[in-house]
Amino acid sequence: MAATVAVENLNPKVLKCEYAVRGEIVIHAQRLQQQLQTQPGSLPFDEILYCNIGNPQSLGQQPVTFFREVLALCDHPYLLQRDEIKSLFSADSISRAKQILASIPGKATGAYSHSQGIKGLRDTIAAGITSRDGFPANADDIFLTDGASPGVHLMMQLLIRNEKDGILVPIPQYPLYSASIALHGGALVPYYLNESTGWGLEISDVKKQLEDARSKGIDVRALVVINPGNPTGQVLAEENQYDIVKFCKNEGLVLLADEVYQENIYVDNKKFHSFKKIVRSLGYGEEDLPLVSYQSVSKGYYGECGKRGGYMEITGFSAPVREQIYKIASVNLCSNISGQILASLIMNPPKAGDESYASYKAEKDGIIASLTRRAKSLEDAFNKLDGITCNEAEGAMYLFPQLSLPQKAIQAAKAANKAPDAFYALRLLESTGIVVVPGSGFGQVPGTWHFRCTILPQEEKIPAIISRFKVFHEAFMAEYHD
Amino acid sequence: MGRKGLDYEDLNENVKKVQYAVRGELYLRASELQKEGKRIIFTNVGNPHALGQKPLTFPRQVVALCQAPFLLDDPNVGLIFPADAIARAKHYLAMAPGGLGAYSDSRGIPGVRKEVAEFIQRRDGYPSDPELIYLTDGASKGVMQMLNAIIRNGRDGILVPVPQYPLYSAAISLFGGSLVPYYLDEEANWGLDLVNTRQSVAAARSNGITIRAMVIINPGNPTGQCLSEANLKEILNFCYQENLVLLADEVYQQNVYQDERPFISSRKVLFDMGGPISREVQLVSFHTVSKGYWGECGQRGGYFEMTNIPPKTVDEIYKVASIALSPNVPGQIFMGLMMSPPKPGDISYPKFATESKSILDSLRRRAQIMTDGFNSCRNVVCNFTEGAMYSFPQIRLPQRAMDTARSAGKEPDVFYCLKLLEATGISTVPGSGFGQKEGVFHLRTTILPAEEDMPAIMSSFKKFNDSFMEQYQDYSKL
Repeated sequence: MAATVAVENLNPKVLKCEYAVRGEIVIHAQRLQQQLQTQPGSLPFDEILYCNIGNPQSLGQQPVTFFREVLALCDHPYLLQRDEIKSLFSADSISRAKQILASIPGKATGAYSHSQGIKGLRDTIAAGITSRDGFPANADDIFLTDGASPGVHLMMQLLIRNEKDGILVPIPQYPLYSASIALHGGALVPYYLNESTGWGLEISDVKKQLEDARSKGIDVRALVVINPGNPTGQVLAEENQYDIVKFCKNEGLVLLADEVYQENIYVDNKKFHSFKKIVRSLGYGEEDLPLVSYQSVSKGYYGECGKRGGYMEITGFSAPVREQIYKIASVNLCSNISGQILASLIMNPPKAGDESYASYKAEKDGIIASLTRRAKSLEDAFNKLDGITCNEAEGAMYLFPQLSLPQKAIQAAKAANKAPDAFYALRLLESTGIVVVPGSGFGQVPGTWHFRCTILPQEEKIPAIISRFKVFHEAFMAEYHD
Repeated sequence: MGRKGLDYEDLNENVKKVQYAVRGELYLRASELQKEGKRIIFTNVGNPHALGQKPLTFPRQVVALCQAPFLLDDPNVGLIFPADAIARAKHYLAMAPGGLGAYSDSRGIPGVRKEVAEFIQRRDGYPSDPELIYLTDGASKGVMQMLNAIIRNGRDGILVPVPQYPLYSAAISLFGGSLVPYYLDEEANWGLDLVNTRQSVAAARSNGITIRAMVIINPGNPTGQCLSEANLKEILNFCYQENLVLLADEVYQQNVYQDERPFISSRKVLFDMGGPISREVQLVSFHTVSKGYWGECGQRGGYFEMTNIPPKTVDEIYKVASIALSPNVPGQIFMGLMMSPPKPGDISYPKFATESKSILDSLRRRAQIMTDGFNSCRNVVCNFTEGAMYSFPQIRLPQRAMDTARSAGKEPDVFYCLKLLEATGISTVPGSGFGQKEGVFHLRTTILPAEEDMPAIMSSFKKFNDSFMEQYQDYSKL
């Protein structure tokens, strides 16, 4: 009897979508990791170094103490009745937990909340956005989600009617976008970031891609911008952002602004400006431009990936459209409460004068400073190697070096039925235990090869990673030199 | 050039088709009234903690310690946390490198999945493979993932019980599939009627629909019925004959209020049947931390277990799960704790057992109080809530009420529920939100209001209902 749910009769959109961040290379790495456990010494390295995923706490980054204090108290509110907690928790974490619990009906952190998230927490987030941007934000515009990703899926679901609906996506991109567009049956319309100008975005290029798509019968619905960029790390210049906003308004596009790395900036000459702020600075209001801004608790200096906390702020949508967004959110009832609380904490952290401020600031600055140093060390190390060039990581958590692969390597890859960068990444893994993601997983100008490597391994491991990488790379290039 | 903004007309049609009454019109109206100062009793969703049920102590202790591991280093931690909670927190932190703040394996922490497998083995007597257990942010996400994998186009049909929990109808609409209803038999306490089911299947097939899967909700939502072993055998045989994957929503497996039909998992019955059927029928089973006596809805902890699903299909399911990176780690820990709760001999066991028993005993009493309360009302007939968390009384509306409703542009049960809300503050969900036979009306409420509030709520309902019936009674017929 033929199996009903077999690959042959699965939803073709599921079959089509891909997600390299936890794809083939990583699955192989996990097998090798098991091999290291069952047969120690059987591989030329002692440990697998996962540089494939922006997962800071899995590599030793510590959570921000204040946030965890508040979350623990909210998880077990009975603690607030015990005097002993005064010696275990900071006074301001206790008062913040009390304030948060008071905003939750019945103080019940185990209850489904409002489908957009707890109102009091959305008020806090709205106030945080207002204070960040200098323009007001509204709690009713905020939807708290299990990480930012479900919010991306929701918008793709809303926007994509059929395979002729296109979404403009930067190349290279974080492959949630390509996967989500494939899953929802739409068309990805690529616009290429310019590697030679530090991964700059040229509006003329975007316009060209848009017109090209339209000439092919694609109805382009939205523009995705990732700022700071993933995998590319560039922070958009303000003028660039003005151009993007005006472009979207003129072309009738929804602007989807992935801003999850807004607190990962490593250079002094760039600052994060939210697209909401840019839109409002231009005098555009609710009638002018539909904008969705995404934020997450997974990145920044907090790095709380496992909590699945995030939100989208939706502005410039009509009431009937907002009702549909609410309706889809309501089918899932609500996002996890602990993640909601954390989202409110990152948007309203301790301030000068608060008891926890000094230690909070030290933790935050320490993490950002360390990320800055690691970004630079790895970037310099890659640039020193023949056959690798690497743009600066102005922000985010990644480096995206370009490989100049010799022809013989490309042929060997072809013979092994692999993309050249995947071939390189696999050899890197097998020689050194270092796990990176091939550039083909993110998209790149055809004929160019890259890989994405995170800047997240612990600082003391970085020299060893660099030296192991160097040994591998030089041997690889020697093996395949033309 | 281009449209101005994003118009309603330009949205994905499937999104527009989705309906989810549980947080629809009645709930929105109730929320409005609440803002205006009216006291509302929300019985629209199975949300125990929102109605005063307290969280179990032990899991909260463990998760708080995992959340703030610095507590474990403090010499005074033993003053406010029992030793077994401390030990269990260390157990989970050891399983989760990077702690609560790191993405786990996309399927969930292996150690937790092992605890789930061990629970299933103890419950059913058959081994379970942790590799085929995927933790999700609530069971709903798992249901959506499976339906999205199965539904290719509008000709793919999914058999869904009527009445059903409208996640199923919403998901099928969203993914562009076809809902093929099979009616539960209200006169037989919402029993399964396979004759009717076969008729539904035949009718759908004659319309060009390929039936791909069958959903069962056991215990039922909104109907509460518990399937017997014989029922489950029938269903599994049916799925075998018709080449359907069985989607077994078993989230209420701990909520059973009668002793004639205790919960038996679909998987156990399948393996008990043995032979080719046990190796070939494809089954996906769903569970959650939101229901039972835990009621931890806000944690979003759930899992699905795959049985007889081909490896390549599992790979595709894994791929889709990996795009979401991982389920939330605290929710995973809640699941682990639910799968392996305190045992006799553990320090926390007596308190845990008392808390659990008290909740379950009270739910059982409230199921009876509510059923009896509805049955004492004029023109209301209510099947006993055998399980789950809801009561689904049939409201026999007089013709005049139905006419008045329709001229107000409302379905009769929506009209009734709105009137009920405005008169009493009781926020229910009209039966049309779940599906019902044409012309037969119901509402769904939960059995979750606090036991001490129940008498007042039922008497408030009766007062409203009986006066509504009086008001709309068609005396010309008497």
